[in-house]
Amino acid sequence: MSTTLRFFRFASPAAFYPLAGKLVPWFSGVAAILAAIGLYLGMLRAPTDATQGDAYRIIFIHVPAAWMSMLLYVVMAFWAAIGWAFNARLASIVARAIAPTGAMFTFLALWSGALWGKPTWGAWWVWDARLTSELILLFLYAGYIALVSAIDDTRRADRAGALLAVVGSVNVPIIYFSVIWWNTLHQGASVSVTAAPKMASVMLLAMLLMTLAFWAYAFAVIFVRTRAIALERDNHAAWANDAVARAPVRQGASS
Amino acid sequence: MNWNSAADFFAMGGYGTYVWGAYAVTLACMVAEPVLVARRHRQARRELGGAPR
Repeated sequence: MSTTLRFFRFASPAAFYPLAGKLVPWFSGVAAILAAIGLYLGMLRAPTDATQGDAYRIIFIHVPAAWMSMLLYVVMAFWAAIGWAFNARLASIVARAIAPTGAMFTFLALWSGALWGKPTWGAWWVWDARLTSELILLFLYAGYIALVSAIDDTRRADRAGALLAVVGSVNVPIIYFSVIWWNTLHQGASVSVTAAPKMASVMLLAMLLMTLAFWAYAFAVIFVRTRAIALERDNHAAWANDAVARAPVRQGASS
Repeated sequence: MNWNSAADFFAMGGYGTYVWGAYAVTLACMVAEPVLVARRHRQARRELGGAPR
């Protein structure tokens, strides 16, 4: 019981602000190290693909970006719903902090996909199920960001955004299963829990390291944005003034 | 090692434009976002009268 209470202490922006500040450098460091190893393996050590040549090397950013775009949407909808259901302010702040990063990964998945599609399919874009549902994901992120910033009453905006995010989450399984449900140009999953991976182990390792790097990057950026939004919202609260006054002056540090 | 020379590496077997086009935009986004978000956080601290950090 007491452990639960201590855990929920961090549901307050005042307690979460310093905690997030301590975690950001660690996540940034882990992201940089994993990306360096992943890129070394993927770009220098992994062999050229027999059918796709070196164009396949886009996979090391395409698949991690696409996975993160879906994962971040689910996490955003989850925290938006928690913020709505339990009137938890920090949860709503976290949901808002996730949206721009999720939108960026969705854009990167589409962009890297277009640059991969041109040499392998002969088209930058096709209106097939996987690509179209991923584009809808980008519009859902954009719609969420536009909606929460269009409503002046902060908590009303949070609730409206939560409704959009939760309803839109039906799109995530559609993206994931689109390659099974529809006849599509996009290839099926290369990695699954139930079957052996359909790729060389060094390629798989590089892709998984890049995914973990993107994941750590997302934590770092989202935590800084959460801190920023918490200060913006609570700029009359005593904790915010204390947090700013107490922190040591470190010129040039970026967190 | 998979490449014979640096030029070989940058050519990416003829797919250089596509591969480096994807990587360059990804790098630009993942450098720009932390810079922008750190600037937003600094701005929030400045408005509270704290030290820019």
